[in-house]
Amino acid sequence: MKGTAHKIGDDINTDYIIAGKHKRDTFDAALMAPHLFEDLDPGLASRIKPGDIIVAGKNFGCGSSREAAPMVIQAAGVSAVLAPSFARIFFRNAINIGLPLLQCDTSAIDDGDLLEIDIAGGVIRDKTHKKDISFKKLPEAMSAIFREGGLVPYLKKHKQFPV
Amino acid sequence: MGKTISEKIFSNRSGRDVYANDIVVADIDRLMAHDGNGPLAIKIFRDLGGARVFDPARMVFVLDHYAPSPNERVSRIHDIIRNFADETGCRLHDVGDGICHQLMMEKHGVRPGDLVVGSDSHTCTYGALNVFSTGVGSTDTAAAMLTGKMWFKVPETIAVNVVGLPPQGLAAKDVILNIVSLIGADGAAYQAIEFKGEYASAMSMDDRFTFSNLAVEMGAKAGIFEYDDKTGAWLDDVGSGKGDYAPVHSDRDALYSRSVAVDVSALAPVVAMPHAVDTIAPVSDLDGLPIQQAFLGTCTNGRLSDLETARGILKGKKVAPGLRFIVGPASRDVYIEALKNGIITDLVEAGAVIVPPGCACCVGVANGIPGDGDAVISTANRNFRGRMGNAKASIYLASPATVAASALFGKITDPRKVL
Ligand code: SF4
Repeated sequence: MKGTAHKIGDDINTDYIIAGKHKRDTFDAALMAPHLFEDLDPGLASRIKPGDIIVAGKNFGCGSSREAAPMVIQAAGVSAVLAPSFARIFFRNAINIGLPLLQCDTSAIDDGDLLEIDIAGGVIRDKTHKKDISFKKLPEAMSAIFREGGLVPYLKKHKQFPV
Repeated sequence: MGKTISEKIFSNRSGRDVYANDIVVADIDRLMAHDGNGPLAIKIFRDLGGARVFDPARMVFVLDHYAPSPNERVSRIHDIIRNFADETGCRLHDVGDGICHQLMMEKHGVRPGDLVVGSDSHTCTYGALNVFSTGVGSTDTAAAMLTGKMWFKVPETIAVNVVGLPPQGLAAKDVILNIVSLIGADGAAYQAIEFKGEYASAMSMDDRFTFSNLAVEMGAKAGIFEYDDKTGAWLDDVGSGKGDYAPVHSDRDALYSRSVAVDVSALAPVVAMPHAVDTIAPVSDLDGLPIQQAFLGTCTNGRLSDLETARGILKGKKVAPGLRFIVGPASRDVYIEALKNGIITDLVEAGAVIVPPGCACCVGVANGIPGDGDAVISTANRNFRGRMGNAKASIYLASPATVAASALFGKITDPRKVL
């Protein structure tokens, strides 16, 4: 996958990803997608093109358990989220729906960088800075879920949890 | 090797001898979903081919986030839950019964040693009852509805030792906001917290709920207390004391990832500053800052003792002109008690607007959205920009006493002036 980096800060909470008022009336992520990151940066949703990559600081996705958060990121066409750390519930939710989260040092990536991600090869190539960044492997249980595209396809196929 | 409370609960519920960082599949004692995340869980449950819920008596739905419904779309969402509960025999609390977490503890037999999950991050509140309880998303909820199980990584545990004699006017909320600031918004990520020490033992159950509730604001998976006589008495009071529950104690030689000591004798009342829970300031530094709205309620501080504290400050007085003072009791039972002993009358006479038991204006989806440029002082657990529905408002988090004192003067006010 290949896309432009959109750089955001530390501790981006699920309210910033999608505000409660926009998730209240629906659980259709496509309807919520125009409001992605609205209270953080009102113009960001319209700047994100399909395939683009969110590059965040530490503790991305802290706050509520709303699965709408990763769903809306996915519905906006984001191909992956990069951060040095992810909050626990968000991490599970994203993997459960098959949204790639890559845990890595994001400090050297700048807003607007062109990134190419090779998930199987374990490397992120910053084409702008001509620099490779490695990311942490998912724990085995989560990797198994992710490989099937999420927990629903995993459970349909395997009929039990990956433990 | 000795075990923490979390290691023991996961060992009991997985039938294996497990320690931190082991991956387990564990049996769930109780499962909760609310109107915010429940309809999606129901949809995913159907996608999984689900028809019967593993044990309808253990699955509780609560309509609390948008209660009563503000529009026809939300009404449809509520109907999805009502119809599903009706069809499957799951338990249902309709609008007005209260906040999901308060109801799980009051009405659904959450008991020491249990493993409970809910589709809400503040499910960690029941840790005060010596329970491992944690928040999950809708897909995990759906899988648990089907199987009665969930996979977990057994967390490491941070021991938070709270000691010392509190100075006059220091509330439990002030102490836990100090702890959140000390540990940081992600300082306990992926870990459990055990609250220990003489102050923790001396705390009332209501105050322990406030502590456990804020565990997730440090990234923690759970915030657990030891069981004691107060826990037992509280469970007896709500009718969960019958039967043979088994409290879980940590071993003396249990392994903790780290220990944090907090001496309350050195602390003073604080507020969490906009727009982060872990950035605090002494309330005395902000004394005099004008506010337009004060909110007393939520799963953090909407319980009887919180309302009683506010009544103590406001009885016979009037809140400042031009200030909205919104009060949301945490549950119908809290509301009824507050009616019976005159708290509600005193608060309404002082100028309060009482909203139905539920999440009220906590998450910006019901009555009580602040206006542009408003400063709000609130007893809730989150003050992110836009949290209450308007990104142009600022939210300060504080104790019930600070909120009531501030409502009285229309300015952030040190509660020690009026206590
Ligand atoms: S009161 Fe607020 S924090 Fe608690 S469950 Fe409701 S919305 Fe969430």
